[in-house]
Amino acid sequence: MDWSRYPDAGFYDEIVSAGAPRPELAGFGRFLSEVSIDDLLDRQEAAELAVRAMGITFTVYGEQANIDRAWPFDVLPRVIAHEEWQRTQAGLAQRLVALNHFIDDVYGEQKIMSDGVVPADLITGSPNFRPECVGVSPPFGVWAHICGSDLVRDSDGTLYVLEDNLRVPSGVSYMLENRLVTKRVFPELFRDLDIHPVDDYPTRLLEVLCSLSPRQGERPTIGVLTPGVLNSAYFEHAFLAQQMGVELVEGSDLFVEDDVVYVRTIDGPSRIDVLYRRIDDLFLDPDEFRPDSVLGVPGLMRAWRAGNVGIANAPGAGVADDKAVYSYVPAMIRYYLGEEPRIPNVPTLLCRDDTVRRHVLDRLEEHVVKPANESGGYGVFVGSQASALERDECRRRVEADPTNYIAQPILQLSTSPTLCGGTLEPRHVDLRPFILTGEEQYVTQGGLTRVALQAGSLVVNSSQGGGSKDTWILDPAVE
Amino acid sequence: MNEPEETHKEPAVLLSRVAEAVYWTGRYLERAETTARIIKVHTELYLDLPKSAGIGWTPLLAVTGSEEAYGLAHDGADEDRVVSFLVSSDENPGSLLASLAAARENLRVTRAVFPRETWETLNALYVDAADTCAHAISRRTRLRWTDEVVAGCQRISGALAGTMSHDAAYSFLRLGSHLERADMTTRVLDVRAGMPDDGPAQQEQPYADLLWMSVLRSLGAQQMYRRSVQNRVWGADVLRFLLRDRTFPRSFLHCLDAMEHCLGFLPNAELARAACIAAAQHVEGSRTASLSWGGLHDYVDELQLDLVRINDSLRDTYFHREPGERLRALASA
Repeated sequence: MDWSRYPDAGFYDEIVSAGAPRPELAGFGRFLSEVSIDDLLDRQEAAELAVRAMGITFTVYGEQANIDRAWPFDVLPRVIAHEEWQRTQAGLAQRLVALNHFIDDVYGEQKIMSDGVVPADLITGSPNFRPECVGVSPPFGVWAHICGSDLVRDSDGTLYVLEDNLRVPSGVSYMLENRLVTKRVFPELFRDLDIHPVDDYPTRLLEVLCSLSPRQGERPTIGVLTPGVLNSAYFEHAFLAQQMGVELVEGSDLFVEDDVVYVRTIDGPSRIDVLYRRIDDLFLDPDEFRPDSVLGVPGLMRAWRAGNVGIANAPGAGVADDKAVYSYVPAMIRYYLGEEPRIPNVPTLLCRDDTVRRHVLDRLEEHVVKPANESGGYGVFVGSQASALERDECRRRVEADPTNYIAQPILQLSTSPTLCGGTLEPRHVDLRPFILTGEEQYVTQGGLTRVALQAGSLVVNSSQGGGSKDTWILDPAVE
Repeated sequence: MNEPEETHKEPAVLLSRVAEAVYWTGRYLERAETTARIIKVHTELYLDLPKSAGIGWTPLLAVTGSEEAYGLAHDGADEDRVVSFLVSSDENPGSLLASLAAARENLRVTRAVFPRETWETLNALYVDAADTCAHAISRRTRLRWTDEVVAGCQRISGALAGTMSHDAAYSFLRLGSHLERADMTTRVLDVRAGMPDDGPAQQEQPYADLLWMSVLRSLGAQQMYRRSVQNRVWGADVLRFLLRDRTFPRSFLHCLDAMEHCLGFLPNAELARAACIAAAQHVEGSRTASLSWGGLHDYVDELQLDLVRINDSLRDTYFHREPGERLRALASA
C-alpha cells in the first residue's frame, strides 16, 4: 500500500504519520506497507462473514421488525504502544481508586463535601444520588467494581479521559469478540508480533464477583442480572455469563425471602450470593425505586443492605457517573490520594455557574454541550456541526435546566485508517478500556476501540452508526 | 482474593426458565429436522407414483399439522405453494425456518448453558437456510437443500452429545427432542391412516407397500426396518416397528424409554416418569396387527394425548413454580 496517498485531514492519526506507517508500529508498519488494498478488502469480507457466523450482534432500539444487527467491525486494528499503555493503565487504576473513595465518602461521612472540595448540592441534588445507600459499607469499600472509561486523543497526541461509565458499562464482550475475529483474519500477524492477549477478562471479572460473596469459603452462586433479550446489550450479558460459567438471570427468576435472594430452579429455590447486575439502579427493586419496574426484584435492596447478597456495581455507584461530577475527578485524586492525576480530564465547564454559562452560550460553535446524566451519546450537541436552529434549541435546553448541562472544548479526535467504500480513509476513534476493582485492580490490555464510520462524524456509539476495531497493545521491543 | 473452593457436592443450578427454553430448543430443532425429512420423502414418493394414484400435496400439510393455517392463506394445494408454505412462509408459524428461528431464539436466551460452538452452528444453519430457502422450491435443488438442513440439525445434536455435560440441562434438551420425535412418528402414522387402508386381503391397494415404505422413509427407518423385519413391507410390521421397537431411535417406545432415562438425571421426576410409563404400557399392550386396516386414527389420537400428559407433567413440575410453594417444599425436605 502506498500510504503517501492516505488523506491527511489534519488530525492526529493512530497509524499513519507523514505519509507512512508510524515508526513505533515496527513489524505491523512493515505489514501495512507491503499489504495491498485488495488483500485488506478480502480480509474485511472474511471478518464480516466471521461476525455473521459467530452471531455477534447488537440490538438497536425502535426497530421492531429486525432487532438484531451484525456487529459493525473494521478489520484494520488500532494500535497502541506497550509503553504508552502501561502509563495509561496506571492512570486508570489511580482514577478508580479515587472514584471508589469518593462514592464511599458520599454515602458515608461526606468529608469531601464538608471540606468544600466538591459542592454538596451538586451531589445530593444529583438524580444519580441514592439516599437509600447512605450508611452502607460494601466489601473493600468498593462500589464501582466494573468501570468503562472513555479515552480520546487530541491533535497534540495527548490521551484524555472523556468520561467514566460506572453504572452498567457495556462493550467488553465486543472487545473480546473483535480479538477472536482478528485472529481468524490476521493469523500470521499474531504469530509474528507481540500482541498482548485480552482474553483473561472474564476470569478476572469472576474473581471480583466471587470476592463479593457473603458466604466466603463456600462456592458462591453468581448471576448476571439482565433486563432480558430485548435489551441492546443482551448479547453481552449472555456472553459474559457463558464465559464465566455463571447463571444468566432475569428479575422474574429471582425472589427475596427473609432478606435472602433466591433463584427459581428445577429443584426449587437456590440461594444467590452475588449479582452482576446489568440493569439500572432505578429498576433494581420496585419496593424502593420505580414501583412499576418488572425487571427488578422486590426486596433486593434490603437483602443487599443486610449483607446477604453482593451487587456489582453497587447500587448508587452512578453518583460518580455524571459529567458534572466528572469535572472534579482530578480534585478527588489530589484530595484522597495526594497524587497528581496521571491522565488528564477534558476541561469541563459547568453550565450551572452563571458566568460560565454566558461564556458557553456566547461561543456555542466552539463547544460540545452534553447533558450531565445521559449515556450512549444521546443529547450530545457539537457546536461546530450544528445549524443556527440547533444552536437555538441547545441554548433553550441549557437555559431551562442549567445544572444538567456541561460544556467542553471541541476536541480534534484522533483518526485511524478505516475501510470505507473500497479505500482507506481516516475516521475518528475513541477507546473504552475496562477497569475492574475489588480487593485488587485489573485494567484490560487496550479495550474497545469505537470508530465513527461517517466521514467527519465524532459519534462513535454503535446505537448511532458507529463501528469498532480490534485494539492491539504492541510491544515493538519483542520481535 | 478468595478462590472458590473445589466442591462437587452441589451441581450447578438450572433455572426453571432456562430449563423450559432448553426443552423447547430440543423440540424446535427436532421439528425442523423432521419437517425437512418429510418434505424430501414426499417429493420422492410423488415422483415415484403415477398421477392416477392422486396423492397430491395435502398429506404434507396434514403431517405437519398446518392444514388450517394453510387454508387461511391459500385455496388449492399445488406443489410450489405447499412446499414454500412448509419451508419459509411468513403465514406459517410452524414453517421449517420458523422452527429454526425459534430454536435459535431459545438458544439465545440459554446460551450460558450451551457450549459456544452450538450457538455458532445453529446460527450458521439458520442464516444459510434462510439465505437459500428458494432452493427448496425448485425440484432440482430441493432434495439437496433438505439434506443440508437435516445434516445441519444432526451436526448440532452431535456437537451437543460430544461437548455438553450430560447434566440436567442436557436432559431437558433430550426430553424435548424425544417428545417431538415421538409426536412426529404418531403424525406420520396418522396421515397414513387417512389414506386408503390395506384391507385384510392387502392386494386391494396397488401402492400400499409403496405408501408404507414412504412412511418408513419419512422417519429415516427403511434400512433399520429391513434389517429387523426382513420381509416385504406390510402395514402390521411397520406399525409394530415404529411403535414398539425398543432399539430404533424414532420408534414411539424408544422415545419413551429415552425420556424415562433422561428423567433419571432430574429431581422430583415422579409425575413425569409416571406419565412416561403409562404411555409405554399403552403402546406395549396394543394389537398393532389389526390397526393397520382400521382404527389407527383413533389409536394415534390416544398416543398423542399420552404425549400431551408428559409435556404437562414437565411443565407443572419444572417450569412454573410459585416461590411460596417451593419454599415450603424446601422446608419440609
